Amino acid sequence: MSGKATLLDARELDRALTRIAHEIVERAKGADDLALVGIHTRGVPIAERLADAIARFEPARPKVGHLDITLYRDDLTEIALQPVVKRTDVPFDVAGLRLVVCDDVLYTGRTARAALDALVDLGRPAVIQYAVLVDRGHRELPIRADYVGKNVPTRRDEVVKVRLEETDGVDEVVLDERPADAAGAGGTA
Amino acid sequence: MTGPHERILLRGARWVSAHADEGVHDLVLAGGRIEGATPDGPVDREVDATGLVGTAAFVDPHVHLRDPGFEAKEDLASGLAAAAAGGYGTVVSMANTDPVIDDPDLVRSLRERAAALPGARLRPAAALTMGLEGTRLSDAAGLVEAGAVLLTDDGIPVANAEVMRRAAEWAAALDVPIQTHSEDPDLRADGVMHEGEVSERLGLPGNPAAAEAVMVYRDAEIARTTGARVHIAHVTTRAALEVIAFFKARGAPVTCEVTPHHLTLDHTALADYDPIVKVAPPLRTPDDVAALREAVASGLVDCIGTDHAPHTRSEKRMDLLTAPFGIANLEVSVPLLYERFVASGDWPLARLLELLQDGPARVLGWDAPRLEVGAPADVVLLDLETPRPVDPATQRSKAAFGPWDGEVLRGWPMRTFVAGREVFARTP
Amino acid sequence: MSAPLAHLRDVGDLDEGRVHALFDTTDVMAQVLERPVKRVPALQGFTVATLFFEDSTRTRLSFERAARAQSADVMTFAKGGTSLSKGESLYDTVATLAALHVDAFVVRHPAAGAPHQVARWTDAKVVNAGDGRHAHPTQALLDAYAYRAAGGRPFDATKVVILGDVAHSRVARSNAALWAMLGAEVVLCGPPTLLPPALAALPGVTLEHDVERALEGAHAVMPLRLQRERMDAARIASMAAYARHYQLDAARLALADPGAFVLHPGPMNRDVEIEGAVADGPRSLVTAQVAAGLPVRMAVLYHLLVGKEAA
Repeated sequence: MSGKATLLDARELDRALTRIAHEIVERAKGADDLALVGIHTRGVPIAERLADAIARFEPARPKVGHLDITLYRDDLTEIALQPVVKRTDVPFDVAGLRLVVCDDVLYTGRTARAALDALVDLGRPAVIQYAVLVDRGHRELPIRADYVGKNVPTRRDEVVKVRLEETDGVDEVVLDERPADAAGAGGTA
Repeated sequence: MTGPHERILLRGARWVSAHADEGVHDLVLAGGRIEGATPDGPVDREVDATGLVGTAAFVDPHVHLRDPGFEAKEDLASGLAAAAAGGYGTVVSMANTDPVIDDPDLVRSLRERAAALPGARLRPAAALTMGLEGTRLSDAAGLVEAGAVLLTDDGIPVANAEVMRRAAEWAAALDVPIQTHSEDPDLRADGVMHEGEVSERLGLPGNPAAAEAVMVYRDAEIARTTGARVHIAHVTTRAALEVIAFFKARGAPVTCEVTPHHLTLDHTALADYDPIVKVAPPLRTPDDVAALREAVASGLVDCIGTDHAPHTRSEKRMDLLTAPFGIANLEVSVPLLYERFVASGDWPLARLLELLQDGPARVLGWDAPRLEVGAPADVVLLDLETPRPVDPATQRSKAAFGPWDGEVLRGWPMRTFVAGREVFARTP
Repeated sequence: MSAPLAHLRDVGDLDEGRVHALFDTTDVMAQVLERPVKRVPALQGFTVATLFFEDSTRTRLSFERAARAQSADVMTFAKGGTSLSKGESLYDTVATLAALHVDAFVVRHPAAGAPHQVARWTDAKVVNAGDGRHAHPTQALLDAYAYRAAGGRPFDATKVVILGDVAHSRVARSNAALWAMLGAEVVLCGPPTLLPPALAALPGVTLEHDVERALEGAHAVMPLRLQRERMDAARIASMAAYARHYQLDAARLALADPGAFVLHPGPMNRDVEIEGAVADGPRSLVTAQVAAGLPVRMAVLYHLLVGKEAA
């Protein structure tokens, strides 16, 4: 299934992640005390890939955690369907670490807000930063990303679909009209 | 309400009884009695009964009118009005009131109060034992003299067999029937529904079928040995019916009744945990219901007793252990039975009339109600054709709610006359 | 994504998929309870009311903690307080409390079916915290969860024996229904007076009076609390006679599978229905059962409250 417009193909996606990996290390002045935390679902492979990328030019691969923010969403009194709560897997003490939260798309900022609350409940990190593959605008909260793969101006009635090899069998980011069934295959935001 | 001396011409109904279909003709009520097919003087009022079926108003040997003492549930006025709306001309009220009807003056008082009310005739039953306590006998002779037509502790089984035997000896001598609530109190224990797979699944305390059968055996044997006429109220199980058949075959003076709810509902009705269907004895298995229907068809069952047992809405919205037993059904009984069993083709109309007229009269030792010239003008006009929903808003009983609310039935009483006075007219 | 659970009145409100989803959520809730901050905001804005017509402080506190650990507001209505008036109909009580905008009622009542009645009369979700002999679904869920978490065999390869006073036990009924739904072989075992034959009609359940035969090859054994009242009601001769014939002791447990787990819903009569040494032994999950109570109830509240039902 191809979208209306391809924003990133597999090579471009890989290049964007590699660039972010370098920026993270540069900004952190090294990979010590660095940990990546991916937000379920597609933030998880993005964090893993960034860790792999960093491992290619740094002596150590940063620690990676998986974060489920469901219990921290601010719309649980409103939503129609019940999200499945997944395990949070952050197998290290976050206190004093530089955490980079990874996600596929930054849109309203509400997911990032929830992730911050969830991380703070795990301990007291030294720094929390935010890395996303696509920033599509339309923020509803005062939140910005520290690392962005691609800035894409969008309309609200459009959908950004991120598909990753690990979760969807293909690497690509496409821009599509919002389908009648908004819960189609691939990550939509 | 019209005065007793009005001459009323009922025009164009088809007149039926358990024994005959007389076809369409007019009927005149005058001076509280049946005057004949043509008026013997000036007619005060004409009622167009075209398309309706007329018959003698029904007799219910088993109702709880809750008066005196529990007037929030029902009182004489609402209960007798409900009976009239149900097509009943005469009802026998049970004695489990407060005070218990165990004193001749209480019987007289009930009769006097009821006589002044528009509605069905009241024929009170009186207690078999003082205070329904099952130990000291009531003054059966005095109670009968005061007008009690039946002796019963209904609501509470008489646990002591010796007490039942001695009560039966009095009843036999006085030629008054005894009615028994035949359940072994120890076996019944704290059961709130039939004991079986449904009660086990629902986790509700069960009342086993054996509780009824063993007590029916005892009471029927007391009837056989004392010669007292013993009427087994609200039979619910196949086993109890077999016991009754056994004793009837041996000529024991035993009669029995079944209720509209035991004929139409089974224990699965409790699955929603609604105390509205909590009754004593409990709703039984589908096999028991089938046995009751067979026994009605075969003639083993003598009559229908509604066991109209009203309670307040609030009481019926308590939990299953606390809520009281009983269903209020006087106003729905006839259409319910007509729709389910006569309209369906299972019973001829004559069988239903037998169960509501000749049967209860026989149980009580009365002449069967007949629309003969000179007989009391107790008449009901039924609409056997028009389907109408059971509508609590139109009911006269204070307990205007039940398990059949909203069901669409035929066979509704349209007008009821008692002693020549119109005591009920349904808005068409 | 799925629809929220409508109510948890008994195990019949669940299906196999939902049970496994509840267990997965329970894993996450257990994780939350191990963190420094043992609280998540998931149920912020929801109000949970405990409505206990029967004393059970432990169960009530467990539900209230489960609600608070997800930031729900909690109201308590318990027998003994002034909030539940004696003699008032259940309906009137519920109507009054529902006006306080309750999202979920947690109901404990001596009469079976009270949670069903409450559910009929309010728009709120209803959780059964034990009703008469009928059901105690969160107890069954935590029992099964503890078995799973301890490394018990897959449920569809498990034989569970529920042993003792089955007749009067809501825990037995809920566990029988739950384990059977999950595919386990369920054997109910007890003296004839405490094991109504009509229970054989429950799906997936067999009855057995012989304790030795019942235990053969069992993977989970659940002895039930025996109450002294049963002697007065002509159900058993004596507590000692009961223990001689039906107590789960080490010798009888040896008849079960070597890896069998022992579960007891508590409170225990040590050396009556269960030998003290078995209760404290290596196969006992009693401590794990207690620990599972809170995360299971957190999961249940999440599954009930989050998500609006389709109209």
